[in-house]
Amino acid sequence: MSTAPTAVQPLPRGSLAQSVGRRARDWAPAAIVFVLGIALWEGLVRGLDVERFLLPPLSDILQTFWEQRDTFVSAGLFTFKEALGGFAIGSAAGFGVALALARWRPLGSALMPYAIAANAIPIIAFAPITNNWFGILSPASKMVIAAVICFFPVMINTLRGLTSVPPSAIELMRSYAAGEAEIFRRVRIPHALPYIFSALKVATVLAMIGAIVGDYFGGSDQALGILIRRSAGIFAFEEAWAAILVACVLGIAFYGAVALVERLTMGWHVSTRGKE
Amino acid sequence: MSAPAPVVALRGVRKQFGRGGVLALEGIDLEVGAGEFVSLIGPSGCGKSTLLRIVGDLTEPTTGEVVVNGKSARQARIDRDYGIVFQDAVLYDWRTVAKNIALPLEMLGWDRGRRAARVEEMLELVELTGFESHHPWQLSGGMQQRVSIARALSFDPALLLMDEPFGALDEMTRERLNMELLRIWEQAASTIVFVTHSIAEAVFLSTRVVVMTERPGRIASVVPIDLGRPRTVETREEPRFFELVTEVRELLRAGGADLAAPEEVEAEA
Repeated sequence: MSTAPTAVQPLPRGSLAQSVGRRARDWAPAAIVFVLGIALWEGLVRGLDVERFLLPPLSDILQTFWEQRDTFVSAGLFTFKEALGGFAIGSAAGFGVALALARWRPLGSALMPYAIAANAIPIIAFAPITNNWFGILSPASKMVIAAVICFFPVMINTLRGLTSVPPSAIELMRSYAAGEAEIFRRVRIPHALPYIFSALKVATVLAMIGAIVGDYFGGSDQALGILIRRSAGIFAFEEAWAAILVACVLGIAFYGAVALVERLTMGWHVSTRGKE
Repeated sequence: MSAPAPVVALRGVRKQFGRGGVLALEGIDLEVGAGEFVSLIGPSGCGKSTLLRIVGDLTEPTTGEVVVNGKSARQARIDRDYGIVFQDAVLYDWRTVAKNIALPLEMLGWDRGRRAARVEEMLELVELTGFESHHPWQLSGGMQQRVSIARALSFDPALLLMDEPFGALDEMTRERLNMELLRIWEQAASTIVFVTHSIAEAVFLSTRVVVMTERPGRIASVVPIDLGRPRTVETREEPRFFELVTEVRELLRAGGADLAAPEEVEAEA
């Protein structure tokens, strides 16, 4: 070789201590904001003597949660199961439909305008109707709401991922005499993974919203949404806030779980690469 | 040089996009013998890439006959008789370097051990040993293109099709990869059809340079390159090299090419 090779050296791997230290530095600002936020909440509410129906102090909310933790946790899990079921059904259906639309393009161009229009429908408005269809006390009625809300972002994003593969990537596969199924398996689906995961992350949030708001229109006594609505109705604001807190924690955990799966399956992708 | 049975034979190839659409190629007759290195050169939009795609059965000619390795282009593709390298390396980001090279081998159903052995051999050929577990985005453009070449050669195809493989690289990297490609071509004993818009590159690499006219692309002339081998850095400084470059350039100009591309002027100054 006549010139110096522009070789990229293997990535340096730091020791565990270094990597933990780097992590801590990355997270420190967020941790500080978290602590300050809580201190501000507690301080302002107590210092300005804010009415309890507006915002109770966090410590009271946590205390209420702790005293009735069995109720809150079981209500949280009940609603989380509704959300999870809806998420699974809606995402699987969204993925399946996207595969079909990407495989048979004329089908896609025939149905896409309606899919986009349907995406603009405020699906939560159908909650009272699904209660009639699937039973007001049944988790199925909430799952359906969550599923329908999850379906569109997953379907549309997956379809975009499946169909945005560079033409040369497909030509290469054709040069190997690959059939459509093989092109999907080896190129289109891996290429779509980043699109799918960003949709799934949005879908976790939507599924929780769907399940809880679905509860607001009536549901089982064990459901979190019912607990929030009833507590607020009888001026038990600490209870209402504790239930909301449970919903928040579950929502964040759900999102985090999907984000973790994303990191584990997609270490190669630009969004999950370590900082240099 | 050309053996009795050509690896590629094109007879009366014509390509029109759509009915009454753009006429891209007309009256193309060309034979490429085993072991040849043939470059297609012409102004942008002259259909040289389309011609390469026709040989690879990635697009079909409107009329004309295409024979690759003694069979139809379609059959040759199904039999995996050729490897292809695009301008963009087309490496799959979710696969490591080793797995990108092994992709065609996986599709041919080679077992793990045989694949690993071949990948190692290929990495050695393109001088990337030690990079097997890297991902494509960790490599420079030139290294990515070498992986792409290793992948195209991994299954020992009779023919290597290259569509401006070094077009996106800087001049230094391009010249170095030109040298490497010649070494690989001699080692792998394959036949190469190479599309480029660099006159210097075409002359330096080829056994013959096919000069094409502006759209609709026709073959204006075929220039045999009688430079000695092995070609080295000094080859580019030989008077004969300049004569051939000038000949090709004049043929291109006669064919209606607008030769304002600055890189060519620099490369040959």
